[in-house]
Amino acid sequence: MEKPKAYLKPHSPGATLSPARWLSRTRAWWRPVLVILHRELLDQSRDWRIVTPIVGFTLFFPFLMNFVARRMVGFVERFGAEIVAERFFPFLLLVVGFFPLSISLVIALESFAGERERNTIEPLLIAPIQDAQLYLGKLLSVLVLPLLASFLGILSYIGVLMWRLDWKPEPMTLAAVVVLTVTQGVLMVSAAVLMSTQATSVRAANLLATLIIVPIALLLQAESMFLFWRQYHVLWYIVLALLLTTALIVRVGLAYFNREALLNREMDVINLGTLWRLYRRAVVGEARNLREWYARAVWPEVRRLALPSLSVLALLLAAMGIGYATVARELASIDPHLLPQSIRDPDTYLQNLQRWLHASVLGGAGRLPLALFLHNMRALFLAWLLGVMSFGVVGLLVIMLPFGILGGAMAYMQFLNLTTPTEFFLGFVLPHGVAEVPALVLFGASLLRLGARWITPSRQRSLGEVWITSLGIWTRIFLGAVLPLMLLAAFLEAYLAPRVALWFLTR
Amino acid sequence: MIRTEGLSKSFEGFWAVRDLTLEVHPGEILALLGPNGAGKTTTVRMLSAVLRPSRGRAWIGGYEVTQSPDEVRSLVGVLTEQHGLYTRMTALEYLTFFARLYDLPPEASARRIRHWLTFFGLWEFRHQRIGNYSKGMRQKLALSRALLHHPQALLLDEPTSAMDPESARRVRQAIASLRSEERAIILCTHNLVEAETLADRIAILDQGRLVALGTPEELKDQALGPPRFRVVLAEPRTDPPPLPPGFQVEEQQPTSLVVRPPRGEADNPRLLRALLHAGWPVTRLEEVPRTLEDAYLALMERLHGKTESLPQAA
Repeated sequence: MEKPKAYLKPHSPGATLSPARWLSRTRAWWRPVLVILHRELLDQSRDWRIVTPIVGFTLFFPFLMNFVARRMVGFVERFGAEIVAERFFPFLLLVVGFFPLSISLVIALESFAGERERNTIEPLLIAPIQDAQLYLGKLLSVLVLPLLASFLGILSYIGVLMWRLDWKPEPMTLAAVVVLTVTQGVLMVSAAVLMSTQATSVRAANLLATLIIVPIALLLQAESMFLFWRQYHVLWYIVLALLLTTALIVRVGLAYFNREALLNREMDVINLGTLWRLYRRAVVGEARNLREWYARAVWPEVRRLALPSLSVLALLLAAMGIGYATVARELASIDPHLLPQSIRDPDTYLQNLQRWLHASVLGGAGRLPLALFLHNMRALFLAWLLGVMSFGVVGLLVIMLPFGILGGAMAYMQFLNLTTPTEFFLGFVLPHGVAEVPALVLFGASLLRLGARWITPSRQRSLGEVWITSLGIWTRIFLGAVLPLMLLAAFLEAYLAPRVALWFLTR
Repeated sequence: MIRTEGLSKSFEGFWAVRDLTLEVHPGEILALLGPNGAGKTTTVRMLSAVLRPSRGRAWIGGYEVTQSPDEVRSLVGVLTEQHGLYTRMTALEYLTFFARLYDLPPEASARRIRHWLTFFGLWEFRHQRIGNYSKGMRQKLALSRALLHHPQALLLDEPTSAMDPESARRVRQAIASLRSEERAIILCTHNLVEAETLADRIAILDQGRLVALGTPEELKDQALGPPRFRVVLAEPRTDPPPLPPGFQVEEQQPTSLVVRPPRGEADNPRLLRALLHAGWPVTRLEEVPRTLEDAYLALMERLHGKTESLPQAA
């Protein structure tokens, strides 16, 4: 009998390999990936529905953008604002690079779902290749043609700009735009391939694509803003964030890649009843009343969050420290006379602050706690939304931001000799922070755990099931702990915190 | 070579395959029969390590399907129910792609591709896009893909469906020659004549359960009872036939009668002696043909009750 080939993983634990052997095994591991890549490219290059728009975007868009650029230059020159036009060019460069990439989304969305619809997936699944090899082969193949088209588009657009408008991009700007284009493409493709593995049909995958298109559209707006501001270094931070998110998405894709589900997922129908039951079970657990719910569902989950809570607390304190250090450094470096009178003079500042605090305490009326609560809820909703899209990470940044501002305020109060950092903490943070900080810590920890659950492999359940269950468990913490604490914090902030702050300022 | 023990698969509470235990040895063909939805395709998918069994275990060439899926996949050749061919590729490109996935050396790959394409009469069409192929040509190409890596175990789902008689015969020849090369073959088919011609043993699945397993003859005995024999007479007789004890007359016509001897063929000399001794003019004694189809339908009828007859034409 013929022995089957040994399917060795390139990084077997405990194995010590010589570099040459490691290289050979790594090459052997990547071979099927390249075989799939080659086949996919061959297939794509023969599909006029893919080739035509790529060629169109590559050839047509640079000239269209050049037309736009010339018009723009002509228009702003009339007002002596050539600088606006110059800031506009890198943005157009980004657009020229992005459009061919949008095709990759279409190819990626149909990578697995399309094969499944055409029944071509089964022979591939039966072949002796690992899940990761198949997944990566598909992922890379989706990127190659659109990226090539994107680079060609950028190059030809730069050529046209140099030829017609005598404009040359700065090397760092060009590098930022190119790297950003690549990372955006990789992110979109990773997310689309993930959706394609989980969707029952190409149509379903296309519908899910909204989850990619909306964040990318928002991201493009943010990027264009930074390009206009000439804050090119921020683009590199965006690149870093995109790479991290991409890595997480690929990890989720590999974790939930399931040959069985790919073959057997037949139904294209949303069963709201089943989804609701799954979610409800995750929220309520086995509890029959509120007491049981707290004892059996909420409290054990809070305990499970002990370690992530400590990490979140450390991050919040770090944000506060960074805010304090940054503002203290800035204040030390600037001429105080350049500051406006209202914030430069301690007496004026104190009067303003006291007036505001009095207004809060005395004129706040009964609606203040509600207003504070709703404001906090809006912030938490934003954090949740961004957290859901980034496996919890960006949501955490939203929570960290006010702590950074608090740190800054702490430094400023010290600069004006109004309070020491300890006094500021005791007088301005602690009175309502006693409820709000634990709420935020739990919120942040539950968001992180939500993200961690999504990227943890589960062969028994589909990604959709894991998402809904994780959301249910997150809801436990939110309804059972975060919401009551935030309500309490709103009352403390409305009625107690201003009084304590006034006492500290006037004693 | 292929072995299952209590192999079961459930989909959300529905058992597609239940407690399937069987073994296929090298050089043996096992035909897997059963109505649509009996669990044949699910069994093939479990054996090719694509579906994970819910219960029980299966081995291909000693490799357990859940423990060593990659090794199992490299040992089996599978002809899937849906051929799943890439229509924008040519046959040559398609087979080369799979040869590379199976890590065949280039020379061996070229040799085998040429061999199978020639064998199935596709060599001259090797540069044509698969999209232009007929249904039968696609089937032959899919079969070539399944055989390309010289698999020790073959799982063939409806290998001759959609083929013209000549091509089907060619495929059957190929399957028979693979048996002589000591491959273990599972053949899922609705073509009972094909199963009877090719298979050494037959397994019948119904609602996921194995309801019968044996050689075609054993299965016929099991479903239809011992063989029956027709006695043809030279001149009409209407009197009761003088049969030895234990013999049953199942049908009597003036010039023929159908008899079921208690011990089958071995009792024929006794039957003949008794008839000739009583002066019955016997001209011929022949076995009443029993087809696998009869046996299969009888078994299904026994399991599900009488099948409804077709409505009479007006």
